[in-house]
Amino acid sequence: MAFRMKKEGVMETIDYSLYYGGFKALNSITMDIPINNITAIIGPSGCGKSSLIRSFNRMNDLISNSRTEGSILVDGEDIYSQDVVRLRKKVGMVFQRPNPFPKSIFANVAYGPRIHGIRDKSKLAAIVESSIRDAALWDEVKDDLGKSAFSLSGGQQQRLCIARALAVEPEVILMDEPASALDPVATLKIEELMEKLKSKYTIVIVTHNMQQAARVSDFTAFLLTDSNRSGNLIEFGKTSDIFTNPVDTRTEDYISGRFG
Amino acid sequence: MWLSCGLTVSIMLVVIGYVIIKGFAFIDLDFFLTPPRGGLSGEGGISSTIVATVYLVITTLVFATPLGVSAGIFLVEYADNIKNKFVQKLIVFARFGVETLAGVPSIIFGLFGYALFVTALHFGFSILSAALAGTCLVIPVIIRTTEEALKAVPNSYREASLAMGAGKWETIWKVVLPSAITGISTGIVLSAGRIVSETAIFYVTLGGSYRTPTSLMSSGRTMALHVYYLAMETRAFDKALATAAVLVILIVLLNLVINTVSRWLSA
Repeated sequence: MAFRMKKEGVMETIDYSLYYGGFKALNSITMDIPINNITAIIGPSGCGKSSLIRSFNRMNDLISNSRTEGSILVDGEDIYSQDVVRLRKKVGMVFQRPNPFPKSIFANVAYGPRIHGIRDKSKLAAIVESSIRDAALWDEVKDDLGKSAFSLSGGQQQRLCIARALAVEPEVILMDEPASALDPVATLKIEELMEKLKSKYTIVIVTHNMQQAARVSDFTAFLLTDSNRSGNLIEFGKTSDIFTNPVDTRTEDYISGRFG
Repeated sequence: MWLSCGLTVSIMLVVIGYVIIKGFAFIDLDFFLTPPRGGLSGEGGISSTIVATVYLVITTLVFATPLGVSAGIFLVEYADNIKNKFVQKLIVFARFGVETLAGVPSIIFGLFGYALFVTALHFGFSILSAALAGTCLVIPVIIRTTEEALKAVPNSYREASLAMGAGKWETIWKVVLPSAITGISTGIVLSAGRIVSETAIFYVTLGGSYRTPTSLMSSGRTMALHVYYLAMETRAFDKALATAAVLVILIVLLNLVINTVSRWLSA
């Protein structure tokens, strides 16, 4: 099933399939990710949500026997015809568990700008401050930038990871279940943050939590495995439509909690 | 269990205590500052053997550290991504080789070093020959500890770095290695301890000159070797014990260094 929109998508996924060895993890996905919106990818465990989100910045390349068919375009250009360093600068990622480096808070956020060649100290300091501010963490850490990132709580660490991703000025931020390891209060902070960030960035979030998808996202993609255990895109649309008026009965069954 | 544990500890204490108490009786400042005078009487101190030991340890580590650490990095970070079947076989063979070499008695490396470096390459009995043979001896240790240290670095660090657009080498250099430095340096200090304490391998590569080594091509005598010479070829068993006492203290100090370094680095 194909879900295309007018040419406003920053990321177009066209007939995209992903294989791990002989196993087809994603089957012919076609959908556009709209700019400056939050798009949620939902579906039961093992439906290929993470595989799909990790396709957008080619993290699946790290799995040695993976291969792809079809294409994903970022800014109209195929992700496999552009330099992976440039692609990952444009398409940042936040992971399931907070994974700050064992370095200071400052060094964590400065890591990205440094690898992309920024050496000037005052420039780095400015980037670090604005990124941490954008990640709604500044007031909590502004006096402790030299402290180890591990001294922060789990929720703060995750916001630090978001700041780290923002520091390279991406266009898209991929979030792979960013709140699944956090408590409800920390989760709420991350959700509020996403709401704030979408004016500047395009956000794609994988979530297991349907309430979360309903709360934060503007668009929702529903994935489900077929009889070969391959992930298929069942339905894509405005979150309000998907949750109140789904077209496909399988979407309705999943949303209403009949399976998954 | 208590009994065997107690027995082990007391054996250790008796051995170390005997060496230290007996040995310390003969130690004074002169002992450290004068070279051995040679001959059957075994007179003189151990200054030249300290120099030879330090010289040999440093030279060996200069060869062994870059080689061993690079090999460890390759085996953990790169080897699994290689698709070429022939190279894959080579890697399996190399892993097997490292495992085996780690258990080979040091005299075998000594014989190899004698045949290759001393004789075939005409390096003679020298610090160079001994350091090259010593490198063969400690490289498996360094490779193994480097591998273990790198494997202990969580994959999420690598993913985070790669996802920011860092290259593979950049990720290893800036994120993985700094996180693994504790384990890697433990391996290096462990190797230093090995060089200090080995005898047989240097007996056949370093020669046994009691003169202070002046260059890479000088023969020499490490402290451990000196203990052997004193005990077997002179009447100065007391001096052997004294040298052994210094050696024991040195090894204890090296172990302390390992502990402090790892605690300091992981803090």
